[in-house]
Amino acid sequence: MNDTAKIYEQGEYNFAYLDEQTKRMIRRAILKGIAIPGYQVPFASREMPMPYGWGTGGVQVTASILGEDDCLKMIDQGSDDTTNAVSLRGFFEKTAGVRTTHETAEASVIQTRHRIPEKDLREDQILVFQVPIPEPLRFLEPRETETRKMHALEDYGLMHVKLYEDIAKNGHIATTYAYPVKVNDRYVMDPSPTPKFDNPKIDEMAALQLYGAGREKRIYAIPPYTKVKSLDFEDYPFEVQKFDKPCGLCGAQNVYLDEVILDDKGGRMFVCSDSDFCEERRAAGHVGPMAGNPAAAQISGAQAEELTQ
Amino acid sequence: MYVAVKGGEKAIRNAHKLLAKRRRGDTSVPALTLDQIAQQLAHSVARVMGEGSLYDETLAALAIKQARGDLIEAAFLIRAYRTTLPRFGYSQPIDTAKMLVERRISATYKDLPGGQVLGPTFDYSHRLLDFALAAEAENGEVDYPVETAPADTETMPRVTDLLGDEGLMEPDPVTPEDTPVGDLTREPLSFPADRDLRLQNLARGDEGFLLALAYSTQRGYGRTHPFAGEIRYGEVEVEFFAEELGFEITLGKIKVTECQMINQFKGSAKAAPTFTRGYGLVFGQVERKAMSMAMVDRSLRIHELGEEQVAPAQDTEFVLSHSDNIQATGFVEHLKLPHYVDFQAELDLVRRMRAEWFEKRQQEESGEIAQEAAE
Amino acid sequence: MDTLTAVNQEPVQITPGFQDPVHEAQACFRAIMNATARPGIRQKISISDLAPPAPLTPTGAAIALTLFDYDTPIWLDKTLMASEAVKAFLRFHTGAPIVSEPVEAAFALVADATHLVPIASFNQGSAEYPDRSTTVILTGQNFKAKQSVTLTGPGVKDTERFETSPLPPVFWDQVISNAKQFPRGVDLIFAGDGEIAALPRSSRISIQEA
Repeated sequence: MNDTAKIYEQGEYNFAYLDEQTKRMIRRAILKGIAIPGYQVPFASREMPMPYGWGTGGVQVTASILGEDDCLKMIDQGSDDTTNAVSLRGFFEKTAGVRTTHETAEASVIQTRHRIPEKDLREDQILVFQVPIPEPLRFLEPRETETRKMHALEDYGLMHVKLYEDIAKNGHIATTYAYPVKVNDRYVMDPSPTPKFDNPKIDEMAALQLYGAGREKRIYAIPPYTKVKSLDFEDYPFEVQKFDKPCGLCGAQNVYLDEVILDDKGGRMFVCSDSDFCEERRAAGHVGPMAGNPAAAQISGAQAEELTQ
Repeated sequence: MYVAVKGGEKAIRNAHKLLAKRRRGDTSVPALTLDQIAQQLAHSVARVMGEGSLYDETLAALAIKQARGDLIEAAFLIRAYRTTLPRFGYSQPIDTAKMLVERRISATYKDLPGGQVLGPTFDYSHRLLDFALAAEAENGEVDYPVETAPADTETMPRVTDLLGDEGLMEPDPVTPEDTPVGDLTREPLSFPADRDLRLQNLARGDEGFLLALAYSTQRGYGRTHPFAGEIRYGEVEVEFFAEELGFEITLGKIKVTECQMINQFKGSAKAAPTFTRGYGLVFGQVERKAMSMAMVDRSLRIHELGEEQVAPAQDTEFVLSHSDNIQATGFVEHLKLPHYVDFQAELDLVRRMRAEWFEKRQQEESGEIAQEAAE
Repeated sequence: MDTLTAVNQEPVQITPGFQDPVHEAQACFRAIMNATARPGIRQKISISDLAPPAPLTPTGAAIALTLFDYDTPIWLDKTLMASEAVKAFLRFHTGAPIVSEPVEAAFALVADATHLVPIASFNQGSAEYPDRSTTVILTGQNFKAKQSVTLTGPGVKDTERFETSPLPPVFWDQVISNAKQFPRGVDLIFAGDGEIAALPRSSRISIQEA
């Protein structure tokens, strides 16, 4: 139990904090979301004991699906030990008393902000995303009344125009995260601010994906094995960011890397954003090109210390 | 230099300890009591109750103490607590005509039945720092004698009712008794939002946001020609119809400020020229908010009155979507959370775009040089 | 509106709901969610010792207790509507208002699937709010039939074969029409004995001749 968890010892709350009526309301919204993949279902989001914008949507979804036998993994920026992941994990450790883990394979429910684990997810896992702005058209048309009509009419011309203007101006699409996708050939959806590197993972994923936006009061979903296409053009096909170096610590290729600044003289190294993936590889004996660097020892050491607590 | 981005558990633990220490401040100074806050910072308490959407002075005082006087943070604490409370039902509408009035003013009439009652107000006070207050604690308690004549509430009709008698005031919209009243804490807001939901949203809305919007209408951004028909502050009873008893019971008394703005309306094809209403109601004595709310309420009535939308304060979706300071502060402050994964993606893109830009520039320049040489 | 005793002036005995409302509702919900996410695949649903009045089945009751409340108007088919005991059970445990028009219902609970009204008579949702549709729950299903259908679409890896009965005549043609108006349309839950399956509107259906 961590410190955040201890706070909840002071008061008596229902299992997973939410009252049963609220859970039922959210559960009904989840079912609609699954039945209409990519459609944003309005729900009466509750005030949570953490600020709007800090994962209240994801937390409400997780609280509504979680059972005693679940094992929860909580990540932010790909890592289990970033501050907000620690805080939210503590919330569920106390209010639900569920088992938690850092290991992707061990988790039955994974709540995430901004990343999808590198390891392929399974059919018996559920991935819950925290979503700040669920409406992919919001930055093109701020009015809910208008965007709702566009979704109803499947009128996504504005989005294509925007992407095409990018190409005309910059030679490529200048969207690097929250890259819009079309779900099941029908709804254009915001996959939350994950880097577009992760977009291919949500296509035909074996696990169920649930998206919760607390402040904006929307829930949406992608069922397992659902076609999810990143928007693009025939002459400008969708492509993901490629890193020209492997992870400095574990040597992994084709994974998303964080850039870590080592000193004020331009020294930097790239390491796996998915900290569990990286640790597992290092435990299995994989060694990256910068593993011997003293700074690298500090980074991996920091992670190891967290794990022992 | 290496900046640790991980190790959250220990960092959070220490941050909380440090916050607790800083909140308490110098321990040689006595700690605040909740009574002190509730009694002496009544405006803060009222604002926290209103924006926190829960009438409880002691809890609001606790929230203010815990939040180190940050009123939005305090309102947030109250909201998060409120949402866990069981819900027994909805009270009957309060009747402000039966208010035990402590203050009642009208800007539209010199005198009126029941009279003008100034009550406790900053109005007409000269804003000079009162250094006597600074020494109050040392000098011991001071008695502040007041002469009060209890207001005769029986003869204090609402100004809008007086106008209504003459037919000059639009009638209050009549809705059938069984029309359900919306509740945006139970149903997500959808647009267009009816007046019940709009008023609920404004009542919970941020005082500063409503103030700025109301001010903008005075400066021409959707002018509504408002007059402060009446502002009254005092105590009202809250009644609840108990199904199992079959009659109404009084739950208690609350203090509220009500503001009725009277606005000129030129009339339309459908309606004769008349005065129209803007309504504001808040917990406690928070007149600035009640007045702002009334002005924004009137602004948002453009569709029912057939007026043209020209200004932000008339834009229902804009106003209602941004009035809640708990939502606003959460989302603005969430930018403090780590975003390095997205930033990495942007770094890569900007580096690439810059490289392309310089390459293109270089090509153009060498092209120009080649052309100059050829000429 | 009927009270618990008004109709025949005899108090109706109401059997208990979930023993452990928090965790049993959660387990049932996960079964319903998994069923919706994986159309046509049967999921075990825990009915513990629910003993609702017939013709409401324990599985149907478990779904009702999991999803219904004051905010969800429900529609009951003729046989369920005819039972005061069933209505009393549902009212007491869920508080859901019972409506007479299928189009007003958030959920429809059906005991006699053979005589189901056309599914087009339920709320199909609107183009802007397709979520405001009815979910139809067919109880008493045995997941056996001469005629089976093949499912594709979201939640289905490659294809899935599904069969169940009893069903009303030309049911599958109705379901095909339902799917064609996606994103509008109803979602279907089939409740058997301790197991359920679902067919959300997103599933594409082709009929296999027997």
